[in-house]
Amino acid sequence: MLKITNLHAQIDETPILNGINLTVNPGEVHAIMGPNGSGKSTLASIMAGREDYTITQGSIEFNGKNLLELSPEERAGEGLFLAFQYPVEIPGVSTANFLKTALNEIRKYRSQETIDAMDFLALMKEKSALVELDSTFLQRSLNEGFSGGEKKRNEIFQMAMLEPHLSILDETDSGLDIDALRIVANGVNALRTKENATIVITHYQRLLDYIIPDFVHVLYKGKIVKTGGKELALELEAKGYDWIKETINA
Amino acid sequence: MKEQEIEQQDILDEIVSSEYKYGFVSDIDQEIAPKGLNEDSIRLISSKKNEPAWMLEWRLAAFEKWKTMKEPKWPNVAYPEIDFNDISYYAAPKKKVSPTSLDEVDPELLETFKKLGISLAEQERLTGIAVDAVLDSVSVATTFKDKLASLGIIFCSMSEAIQEHPDLVRSYLGTVVPPSDNFYSALNSAVFTDGSFCFIPKGVRCPMELSTYFRINAKDTGQFERTLIVAEDHSYVSYLEGCTAPMRDENQLHAAVVEIVALEGAEVKYSTVQNWYPGDKEGKGGIYNFVTKRGICKGRNSKISWTQVETGSAITWKYPSVILLGENSIGEFYSVAVTNNHQQADTGTKMIHIGKNSKSRIVSKGISAGLSHNSYRGLVKVQKTAHGARNFSQCDSLLIGSTCGAHTFPYIEVSNNTATVEHEATTSKIGEDVLFYCNQRGISTEEAVALIVNGYCKEVMNQLPMEFAVEAQRLLAVSLEGSVG
Repeated sequence: MLKITNLHAQIDETPILNGINLTVNPGEVHAIMGPNGSGKSTLASIMAGREDYTITQGSIEFNGKNLLELSPEERAGEGLFLAFQYPVEIPGVSTANFLKTALNEIRKYRSQETIDAMDFLALMKEKSALVELDSTFLQRSLNEGFSGGEKKRNEIFQMAMLEPHLSILDETDSGLDIDALRIVANGVNALRTKENATIVITHYQRLLDYIIPDFVHVLYKGKIVKTGGKELALELEAKGYDWIKETINA
Repeated sequence: MKEQEIEQQDILDEIVSSEYKYGFVSDIDQEIAPKGLNEDSIRLISSKKNEPAWMLEWRLAAFEKWKTMKEPKWPNVAYPEIDFNDISYYAAPKKKVSPTSLDEVDPELLETFKKLGISLAEQERLTGIAVDAVLDSVSVATTFKDKLASLGIIFCSMSEAIQEHPDLVRSYLGTVVPPSDNFYSALNSAVFTDGSFCFIPKGVRCPMELSTYFRINAKDTGQFERTLIVAEDHSYVSYLEGCTAPMRDENQLHAAVVEIVALEGAEVKYSTVQNWYPGDKEGKGGIYNFVTKRGICKGRNSKISWTQVETGSAITWKYPSVILLGENSIGEFYSVAVTNNHQQADTGTKMIHIGKNSKSRIVSKGISAGLSHNSYRGLVKVQKTAHGARNFSQCDSLLIGSTCGAHTFPYIEVSNNTATVEHEATTSKIGEDVLFYCNQRGISTEEAVALIVNGYCKEVMNQLPMEFAVEAQRLLAVSLEGSVG
């Protein structure tokens, strides 16, 4: 589904990614961990199509297409979803209206009919229950005045609505209390299928108690320096990132 | 430049160069007066319209006054000197100047209105909006007149009103905006050629939206229409005004005056969707829209509400105002002003509180893009007599790109310490973060701007009658398509 090959990227002449290789198959959950500044969020941003970065080498293939040639909205149309670390607020635009626009634009990209208003309402009702989001939230301006936890739940709700093939969760656990973390994780787990895949980017191991990854990758200085199963996350938690740094720098 | 920026620049360029869709010129046989402003040209207008002597005297007095006045220089707009002698003050379609039914109207003219999306016949049949259409200087057709007449409502062109209802016109004309009020109101009083007149008698609730469509068609002409609305005790009317003009390289002047009188318990809702030609992307051509609009809440519990969506004109200079004379009277001003390219807008309102417990509410949403300048200028004045007066003002500015400007000039003068005046203001920008977020959800930049702008203006759009709200939303989208930097 996703194949990243020898990806190098920089911002204003400063290299951030230094040769990432990553393959994700349908049905898999990958966790990407690493210390601050290791390039985790950059990788997520580049996959989603943020243009602040210059790709100097390498390629990303997604569903057989060259992802780097697509605009951000085309990537969304192809089924790529990014749950933002810092979701934005849009005053005056309700979550419902925003999502209806998004869903219809994606359907348009896929040459599908626009969704019927009643079907849309039914879909919202079903999916908002997944993340225990009260329906009054959906009529409020997107993320305006939402707490940190509500914003993150809203991200997972949007993911549920848009039914992406590949979801990237960028530090979705940061700033969440344990209850919100459980709700978010339950939502993600409920959406797991054999066809779609998830990349969970996180700093801490605790989210991985709820979302069990098939693979754990450790990113350090813009490179994946270690890959393992879910036990790698536990080892990392126990030994700390210094352990990685020492191993690499040794 | 990075790829996305280049792309955004492309979209920006595309919209900037996108054609003004109302820019056609109708091939209608016109009668146009020679250029120039003097006593003779005023006498010509008056005699063309077969006006009574008092009207001519009124015009000439206004002209005398005008000659002593100077063009206002305080607005935050810049334009070359206007040569008032290089304008023709009268232009009229030659055929059938006073039709009595739509069948008698020049078919070419009806075609013009069809292009504007206001097929009169269709309007009459389907929407139940009574329309008075003013092309250049002459009012062309007033639909639904008979139905309205059965309720005692008068809705006709100003010229007709001067002929048919001279006493009514005479007792209200110039009482809210005296000719001497300002430079342009004096000019308008001297040379106005037509406009709409609307009278709602006591206790009558006008059952349909009344609507006027203004269009400047002829070259080198100015449009000076005059609208007067009188709502007697406990009556209600909702009035709509729309405007377009052809694309021309020269600037054209539009200096209208609108007066509203609301008596005890009366309510007047006045909505404008102004889409005069804004000029091309280099700032060439376009309408100078210098308009005086004012209403007076004369009686207790009366209410006047202005709603405006201003997307057109090279320069807009207008402050729809309310004089709150009656006890418990209410004045409202809801405004969306969009400027793009080289457009300049200096607009806002004046709320003059005189009556006890009078209330006013101001919601102004400015949107600037391109190289444009958008200013809100508002005055809230509470006189000594206005015990318990309340005002709430909210002035928001939205910037698209980094080459435009937004300015706010709120003036507050309070002479009664029981009054409450609140003012809130925000400035925001459609930032890259927000656009990227929308893009990631599959929404293109253009679509995202439309979504955000419509959300931003919702409070004002909600005030518009349904049919207009749809048109206004479309206009907003067209005016701003892709204007992102």
